[in-house]
Amino acid sequence: MQIDWLAFTPGPAFLGGMLLGIAAALYVILHGRILGISGIISGLLSPKLGDVSWRLSLLLGLLSAPFLASLFFDLHTTTVIDADWIAIIVAGLLVGFGAHYGSGCTSGHGVCGLSRLSPRSLVATISFMSAGFLIVFVIRHVLGL
Amino acid sequence: MRRHFNFYSQYLIGVLFGIGLIISGMSNPQKILNFLDLAGNWDPSLIFVMLGAILVGLGGFYLVSKRTEAFFGGALHIPARRDISKPLVIGSLIFGAGWGIAGFCPGPAIVALGAGHLKALVFILSMLIGMAFCNRFFTGHKK
Repeated sequence: MQIDWLAFTPGPAFLGGMLLGIAAALYVILHGRILGISGIISGLLSPKLGDVSWRLSLLLGLLSAPFLASLFFDLHTTTVIDADWIAIIVAGLLVGFGAHYGSGCTSGHGVCGLSRLSPRSLVATISFMSAGFLIVFVIRHVLGL
Repeated sequence: MRRHFNFYSQYLIGVLFGIGLIISGMSNPQKILNFLDLAGNWDPSLIFVMLGAILVGLGGFYLVSKRTEAFFGGALHIPARRDISKPLVIGSLIFGAGWGIAGFCPGPAIVALGAGHLKALVFILSMLIGMAFCNRFFTGHKK
């Protein structure tokens, strides 16, 4: 293992992480819910009256974040997507199925679950991190893609 | 009136979360994949994202544990389950595999769509299909 010191950005990572924590804390205090993006999305698949617009409001906020970040904070959104189209589709299917079947993703289990010391979320986070490490190892170092 | 505040608040929290993802670099799949690549040129930044988020989150969830109702009214919707179930582990493993293939998870994918990336749109549509498939064929495993 060698650390990529040029890419390593502990300061912005910590600051940005604190914003994620603030958002999650505000969300549970004001709205009484877990700020789990996959759950907020999947709730739209079986829409109930009065249960749709708040989900869309939150997702619209996420969607407009890059524009508002550049408008008010002169902050550019860096997004480098190396995966090809096939990989994107396969990854999307797995992420959608897995997050729904496993009751959460990086935000719901990772940020919120660990913050509220949930044993289920700890197991989920260890599971998806391990699978992520393994898949990247296989793709980059076994298959050499 | 309160109802309107509810939507503005939802929206602004979405913006805040999105900006957190942008500043921390988590809206960049390349940075995620370089974190997951332990055997390569490793970028440990994501650990610091989690540290910052959990440090603040602990305080927030501690405060809410003293309450019975949300600020905007209504009951708290906080999961009470503590059992480690098969769907939890299998689902998370599958989610992690998908995460490791493209470097996208749901939140950052929506932010990347907002930044105008067509691949993020295709990812999100595939994700919806994956969720719908789970809904259709694997329902009844929860609750």
